[in-house]
Amino acid sequence: MAKLPTSVDSIIEQYGPHKGYTPKEGFHGVHDPDKLVKTHCCFCGMQCGIQLKVKDNKVVGFEPWMEFPFNEGRLCPKGVQRYLQNNHPDRLLHPIRRVEGKGFEQTSWEEAMSKTVSEIQRIQNIHGRDAFAMLSGVSLTNEKSYMVGKFARVALKTANLDYNGRLCMVSAGAGNKKAFGLDRISNTWEDLKHAEVIIIAGTNISETFPTLTHYIWQARDNGAKLIVVDPRVTPIARTADLHLPVRPGGDSALFGAMLKILVDNDWLDHDFIDNYTSGFQESIDAVKDYDLAWAEEKTGIPAAKIQQAAEWWGKAKTSFLLHARGIEHHSKGVDNVLSCINLVLATGRIGRPYCGYGTITGQGNGQGGREHGHKCDQLPGNRDITNPEHRKYIADVWGIDEKDMPGKGLSAYEIIEAIHRGEIKGLITICFNPLVSLPNNNFVREALEKLEYYVAIDFFLNETARHADLILPGSLHEEEEGTVTTAEGRVVKINQAVTPPSEARKDSDILIELAQRLGAGDKFAYFKAEDVFNELRVASKGGTADYFGITYEKIEKNMGIFWPCPSEDHPGTPRLWEDKKFRTPDGKAHFNPVPYREPSEVVDKEYPVVMTTGRVVSQYLSGSQTRRIGKLVDQYPEPLLEIHPKLAYQYGIKDGDQVTVKTRRGEAIFPAQIVETIREDTVFIPYHWGGKQSANQLTIGTLDPVSKIPEFKVCACQLIPTGKMASVKIKETAYQSF
Amino acid sequence: MQNPQYNQQMEFFIDMQRCIGCHACEMACAECETNGQESMIHIHYVERAVSVQTTVQVCMHCEDPVCANVCPADAITKDDFGVVHTANTSRCIGCSNCVLACPFGVPKKEEKAELMMKCNMCYDRTSAGKKPMCATVCPSQALFYGTREEIEKLRPNSTPVNKFLFGQEQVNTKVNIMMPKGSTELRIHE
Repeated sequence: MAKLPTSVDSIIEQYGPHKGYTPKEGFHGVHDPDKLVKTHCCFCGMQCGIQLKVKDNKVVGFEPWMEFPFNEGRLCPKGVQRYLQNNHPDRLLHPIRRVEGKGFEQTSWEEAMSKTVSEIQRIQNIHGRDAFAMLSGVSLTNEKSYMVGKFARVALKTANLDYNGRLCMVSAGAGNKKAFGLDRISNTWEDLKHAEVIIIAGTNISETFPTLTHYIWQARDNGAKLIVVDPRVTPIARTADLHLPVRPGGDSALFGAMLKILVDNDWLDHDFIDNYTSGFQESIDAVKDYDLAWAEEKTGIPAAKIQQAAEWWGKAKTSFLLHARGIEHHSKGVDNVLSCINLVLATGRIGRPYCGYGTITGQGNGQGGREHGHKCDQLPGNRDITNPEHRKYIADVWGIDEKDMPGKGLSAYEIIEAIHRGEIKGLITICFNPLVSLPNNNFVREALEKLEYYVAIDFFLNETARHADLILPGSLHEEEEGTVTTAEGRVVKINQAVTPPSEARKDSDILIELAQRLGAGDKFAYFKAEDVFNELRVASKGGTADYFGITYEKIEKNMGIFWPCPSEDHPGTPRLWEDKKFRTPDGKAHFNPVPYREPSEVVDKEYPVVMTTGRVVSQYLSGSQTRRIGKLVDQYPEPLLEIHPKLAYQYGIKDGDQVTVKTRRGEAIFPAQIVETIREDTVFIPYHWGGKQSANQLTIGTLDPVSKIPEFKVCACQLIPTGKMASVKIKETAYQSF
Repeated sequence: MQNPQYNQQMEFFIDMQRCIGCHACEMACAECETNGQESMIHIHYVERAVSVQTTVQVCMHCEDPVCANVCPADAITKDDFGVVHTANTSRCIGCSNCVLACPFGVPKKEEKAELMMKCNMCYDRTSAGKKPMCATVCPSQALFYGTREEIEKLRPNSTPVNKFLFGQEQVNTKVNIMMPKGSTELRIHE
């Protein structure tokens, strides 16, 4: 809704971000807590086990949870500090509404709810149901993700629901569905430990999934060779056996050339290819001209290194290939994923011990959240909203007529574009901060300013919600019971440690009341989270992501259950494809031809430098949570422009100089950090900050045609030295998103 | 100080090649009630301009601790398990002798408190059969707490070393540094 209601300074003064610290003597009760609650970290897809210390209904500290099998007490700095949110001074405690010229003021739940419902009805009556959109996020539990999907289709009755996984795992999901007919990593992390060769492509594991690092090292202790594909020497790349410093955008050229080498040397599993796959010939035809000289030119990686990687991969008996956003955030993200899968299928190393493949899911519930229906094209159990049988099954579970179920809607970025065009007039968001996390965010801001009504559900006032008409104070991870599904497909239990403070409510209670007021209360008659999960079990039954056999009791007893788990007596499926029966229509794993394409924006005389973005270890995604935790902010206070000394020299840039980075979409100033740990033709900026320090002012909004993921990882920029040194004031206030 | 749960076989091992510079150890260390939100372990870049390599600085718990030897107030003591304890608050006079004497540059003087503070190997946790907080949370297990037998089995490509040579001076420590296989000592100065 319109521009900010008052100055950004005054909004920040009241709602932060402010840096929260633990008092020197610890929070009251940390040494004699009322209880220790076993749950999980609220951040990444590892979902490390952790125990929260609770005193007087407040989270006051943590204690490692040694028995949880994945992390056995290990945590990253975000995990150690995650407990600082429930007690945080910025925590939203009451519904607040926009007051022009003043900012925000407290309002009652009654007023907030009735206003929201009347605005939804007004907009939908005038402009049609799809003119009110919903954007969701996968920090939400499975129960809440499922409920959001149902809420949008049954209560809000809009087709336009999508989620922030659209910025995360959708390229991998689309690729996996094409190749395997199912979207989940094939093996558990345990299988990593004995893989002979590990390729990790576009995944800064040690900063974004720090606790997974231990598994990589265990494999190396057992003799594994580690190959890292990354334009930067990240902490995990530093000690790798082979680092392939790919030019951003060159991934599928690398994997295509490797496939050709496998074929040329007959490093193939013919039995597997002949009996369990299809499309091999078309795939190798597509790469027949991709020789080493061509690959070196396209990828910027020395030919000898590509040859070495292919040879190690080709000759290995066991292997694991992992990738993440580095290869997926592209306008050819799905192609990049498929080109990796082709390497796995050509060597037949899947469905066996120590032979695995998968994406490393980024968000806390990036896996479960992408299975149960808050994507624009999807219904629970990873069903297809355009498939008549799937629609009928879910309509029956929901007790609605299939004809009343909306169809496929717009994806997240397309929703913003439709708002910008004036087609969507109203928006409800939960757990999504698009003004920081979407590309070309000056465009996103323009779109927000066109909304007639915007209501946000969140526990902090994030940068996007500053533009809202109304903010409903929802719940933190530790304030509501539920389940999440980790990056390895393990469904784990999130236990409620405390109740939401003051007038804040559980997210699910907010959705239920809105549904009631929208006349769909009978479809949301849940008394506890387990009721929702039990309905989700039925809704997922028979789908590829089948949770039917998973119960809360079973999860707690086994410290997690791996889906698919089709019946209550089924133990779950830690390792997929042991029967070689893939979930595609023909039951085979599919090779897919991947002809190389250039990124949507390549460097030219005007914009001569490649720009890429990513993360740092102390921050998480749009920073709405981690930019409020003092020590995490202090560890890396402002985004730095990583630049190679040779490129810096060319522009006369010295370490610590302020440099304007300009693209066709915007410009921003960052201090230069001159390091040899990046390609000479590429600069890197982390994206966790909003306002003037936001890297996403510069990134490009081109979408992958299949997955609709934006091309965050490559665009073209100019570098303009300002001649000034970095400013202490900017460094000290960057976390607040001015 | 005798505690039946304190396992004397347990040792502390640091493997710099595994350190990912995440600072989880510092943040976890600071949580300890006696540390007042200050960490007793420190992570530094070696030279960020050329590498992301980080290094771990923490008390090495010397067999013959120079810090204790030079303390004029007898504030620093080593216990029967080889743990060199942080300065006794009632004795420490804040003279900084230990700060200057430590060959590893570990003790820090808390200027506000006029008190030396350093790692005591999480005595509260280790004496109760737990691991020190830093080694518990370390996500890459660059910090490992366990027996020598365990680490030799788990990490066959490295050897723990606890003998350091500073010129002619030999320092043996309770804390081990993981070195390339077959190493027996670490020479700091020729």
